Amino acid sequence: MFKPEKLIFDGKRIDGRTLDQLRPIKIEVDFLKRADGSCYLEMGKNRVVAAVYGPREAYPRHIQDPTKAVIRYRYNMAPFSVEERKRPGPDRRSVEISKVSKEAFEAVIMKELFPRSVIDIFVEVLQADAGSRTACINAASVALVDAGIPMKGMLTSVAVAKVDGVLVLDPMKEEDNFGEADIPFAFLIRGDRIESIALLQMDGRMTKEEIKEAIKLAKKGAMEIYQMQREAIMKKFLEEGENG
Amino acid sequence: MRKIVLPGDFLSNNTKLASYGTYVEGERVYAKILGLLEETDNSIKVIPLKGKYTPSVGDTVIGIVNEISANGWNLDINSPYQAFLPASENPETKPGKKLNEVLDMGDSVITKVVNIDPRMKVTVTMREKICRAIRFGRIVAINPARIPRVIGKKGSMIKLIKNELEVQIVVGQNGLIWLNGDRKKISIAEEVIYLIEEEAHTEGLTDRVAEFIRRRKNVQT
Repeated sequence: MFKPEKLIFDGKRIDGRTLDQLRPIKIEVDFLKRADGSCYLEMGKNRVVAAVYGPREAYPRHIQDPTKAVIRYRYNMAPFSVEERKRPGPDRRSVEISKVSKEAFEAVIMKELFPRSVIDIFVEVLQADAGSRTACINAASVALVDAGIPMKGMLTSVAVAKVDGVLVLDPMKEEDNFGEADIPFAFLIRGDRIESIALLQMDGRMTKEEIKEAIKLAKKGAMEIYQMQREAIMKKFLEEGENG
Repeated sequence: MRKIVLPGDFLSNNTKLASYGTYVEGERVYAKILGLLEETDNSIKVIPLKGKYTPSVGDTVIGIVNEISANGWNLDINSPYQAFLPASENPETKPGKKLNEVLDMGDSVITKVVNIDPRMKVTVTMREKICRAIRFGRIVAINPARIPRVIGKKGSMIKLIKNELEVQIVVGQNGLIWLNGDRKKISIAEEVIYLIEEEAHTEGLTDRVAEFIRRRKNVQT
């Protein structure tokens, strides 16, 4: 990929979006029949599938926790998901993403209702285009709801980047590669309100003021995504009601 | 049509109303699962649309033997937890008779949940009228969240099927249903149950089921 001369031109980004505009999102609930809950999600050029199994009996036995459920989260990229073939299997990056995402979900799932069991969350990236971890969290969140797992609310995730000295919402590949900073967020949304931040990572540099601004921008984006997640689930279950 | 709610949806300020499928935090009631909202004067509950079966004391469950130990049987009850049936809780146990001669691997039994300890160790019994080992008939498996619809209000749906088709039915809360009787009639009953599962959250289901049974019976005679 070559570096474009300017990433922001006339208040517009290279793909024609405004600074606070999300990439187009498509969500399909109950995508896999075998899983207890599943979701296929497109966020710009990102394409991810999430599958949730459980709560089910935890094996091997030693991972069981007699007071609460154990959550396993696996983020994995397909070898063909990026331009240059990605060596299959877990690597440093995917292990880290799995860990932070798991910890974000531990804050929302009511684990104490299912002692000695395990909830498995699998997310596969089929095509990556910056912010794949945010797409994965959004997909996993919908899949968990679809699986009927008790949760305090829903997780919605979006990133904010600093490009050419200005903040942009939901960066795509070029902005991620040539920008100055990138912050993925995940918010716990309950009763149409953002309750807390469940995940925050940062890569690059930003000033205190910029971070405050970034949080504001991310919250706005997250609410939009949340509405789309809701609609997708509602649509699925309303349809089921009508066909019957 | 009842409203669909998602986890985290705000339901009420009155914490006294909080019931199944909800949780209370800071004087506010929220939904904790995906389901249909049911509001009455003295409770707010969420009827689940999906999810695994979690055992509770007094439930009738159908289990399949998957392990025989020295003093009882482990049963798979289609839930995150296994159930334990102690040898003493099975009236067929006799001194000198080996446990695997009473119930062998893969056998199914109708049992009742008697105890659940805080670590979710589930104990079941067969010392109840309804309980028995299943040696004939058919077991149908459906989504456990749809079981209340198969039973219907005060058992109306199950009564309808029993009367119309003259079959014996035992509904396990864990999503397994035992059917017994004339083979052709069992087949109709099985279809009826799948129909209920498919259309669980629609209005006027009982009438449609009655109509469906009538139509199917006419085809066969």
